[in-house]
Amino acid sequence: MADWKKELKKIDDYRWELSPDFKEGMRVPGLIYTDERMLDQVGEEQAPEQVANVAFLPGIVGKSLAMPDIHWGYGFPIGGVAATRTSDGVVSPGGVGFDINCGVRLLRTNLTESDIRPRIERLIARLFTEIPSGVGSEGRIRLKGNQIDRVLERGARWAVEEGYGEPEDLEFTEEKGQLRGADPAHVSQRAKTRGTPQLGTLGSGNHFLEIEVVREIYDEAAAKTFGVEHVGQVLILIHTGSRGLGYQVCEDYLKTMGAAVKKYGIRLPDRQLACAPVESEEGKAYLAAMACAANYAWANRQCITHWTRQTLAEVFGKSPEELGLKLIYDVAHNIAKIEEHTVNGKRLLLCVHRKGATRAFPAGHPDVPAAYRKVGQPVLIPGDMGRYSYVAVGTQKALEETFGSTCHGAGRVRSRSAAKRDLSAQEVAEALASKGITFKVTSKASLVEEASEAYKDVTDVVEVADGAGISRKVLKAQPIGVIKG
Amino acid sequence: MPFHFCYNAYAMQGYEFIDHTADAGIVAHGKTLEEVFVNAARGMTSLMVDPESISERARREIVAEGADTEELLVAWLNEILYLFDAEGMLFRRFEIEHLNGRSIRGTAYGEKADPSRHEIKAQVKAATYHQLKIERDGDGFHGRVILDL
Repeated sequence: MADWKKELKKIDDYRWELSPDFKEGMRVPGLIYTDERMLDQVGEEQAPEQVANVAFLPGIVGKSLAMPDIHWGYGFPIGGVAATRTSDGVVSPGGVGFDINCGVRLLRTNLTESDIRPRIERLIARLFTEIPSGVGSEGRIRLKGNQIDRVLERGARWAVEEGYGEPEDLEFTEEKGQLRGADPAHVSQRAKTRGTPQLGTLGSGNHFLEIEVVREIYDEAAAKTFGVEHVGQVLILIHTGSRGLGYQVCEDYLKTMGAAVKKYGIRLPDRQLACAPVESEEGKAYLAAMACAANYAWANRQCITHWTRQTLAEVFGKSPEELGLKLIYDVAHNIAKIEEHTVNGKRLLLCVHRKGATRAFPAGHPDVPAAYRKVGQPVLIPGDMGRYSYVAVGTQKALEETFGSTCHGAGRVRSRSAAKRDLSAQEVAEALASKGITFKVTSKASLVEEASEAYKDVTDVVEVADGAGISRKVLKAQPIGVIKG
Repeated sequence: MPFHFCYNAYAMQGYEFIDHTADAGIVAHGKTLEEVFVNAARGMTSLMVDPESISERARREIVAEGADTEELLVAWLNEILYLFDAEGMLFRRFEIEHLNGRSIRGTAYGEKADPSRHEIKAQVKAATYHQLKIERDGDGFHGRVILDL
């Protein structure tokens, strides 16, 4: 394995560059956002090699980027960002991943920690009942015939039209919860079969719903703009994606792209990077199917939001309006988007792949909701269940350097099997209890796999993003209640 | 390569796991390619559930196609995952009736998942093409596949 300390050239305290000479076939340099301390962990795995591999993609512009939560993925590293020209570049399903539009949404309440502590056990128990979670969990939405196609076309808008939430929610969802160009004709029947019973479910693995309390506010003006008034205020964070439908779309198109690579004579160092020109039949079909999966995920988070509101209303005996249950924002962190960016002074239409990375558009950008346009787009960065989550905002620097992207979470340091080898469910449960965190999980294994010890400290990740200027911290919140698959 | 193959007790069962930070990998061994495919399926199942808890009450035919043997291994494993996700099927035993470089047909024996008897340890989202490899070795073949958990 390469000696990464030698290969990566330090630019400043937060940026390390990988020369295109590192590997023959790289079209652009790599750039990793990290710090001296985390660099050791980064170098232990093959993530930098993956940054180099992504630089092979035809039409890639700028640099093959890795956000501070970089870790070893498959094909792309997790935390990878790559932009390709739509004119002559490619789209790669591996640059989005299996869980298409895995993402996070954050709700605010007007409750304080002291309001919620006495009822937290009951609230978590009720949420666990009302929001299906776990492997193979089925939702309570019964889609008939080809109703799923409406979900795939309309996303969160479908959910709101069906009564799951408020029209205002769409305003505070990336892409208003409906990615353009979705065409269900490009989604296989198998994907629809997998997705139909799973709509409105949290799933398993690292997906969760958390009740959090604001612990620190770094930017009062921005926090106020997002409706967060004070330390102690209760927030709700939901993390899930497109479930089996997204996995199947990715799988179907990896096969299509495997053939396309040969057809178009594309040379790649890893089969998982398989791709096709954005403008080709294969590329367009994938983007149309990916948009469907993205819309499914937004509909999924929207339905879960609705049941969360209903459950809180029941437990507190007040309406969602009285509880101030408003959506702060919803971000996608596994997605490819067609966006316009300035590269070397030229405006270019690009396909921006964000694989475990969050869009981070600055104040003034037209894609930021009007109500937030003075401060910038909220960036939601969950940590592991025993530590903290952060809210940040996008910056002009991100727009200039990372195609408007920043980190998406903590990033694993320990594999799932290593976590299971080194920790017991009881230890993890006791550690959570001692921090005052109430939790309900369907599987003991997922409790251990998702323990704090398995992750980088999200604070370190957020500090690097803040230090590098690709997002700016707004507030920190701490979980007090968690449900997981 | 950073993988540390441990040819110990695991080798006896025909597969072993390799650590991958975000996910998990399997190396399956066999005297024949058919054995490699069966062992990869068994290894993947054991990540999801204790195979001892599965009874052979039902069977499903598994058919898959691929551009080459490696793609076929991914397609075979993904077919098994599809049957779990779409029908809740868990399998304990696999047989292969036909395998050439482009297509595979086999039978899997098991039952529908029942939460009271099967603790699902992890959801495998998919088998990936990342560092996918099937190679000949002294004893026959081995195949490596990384799974997205």
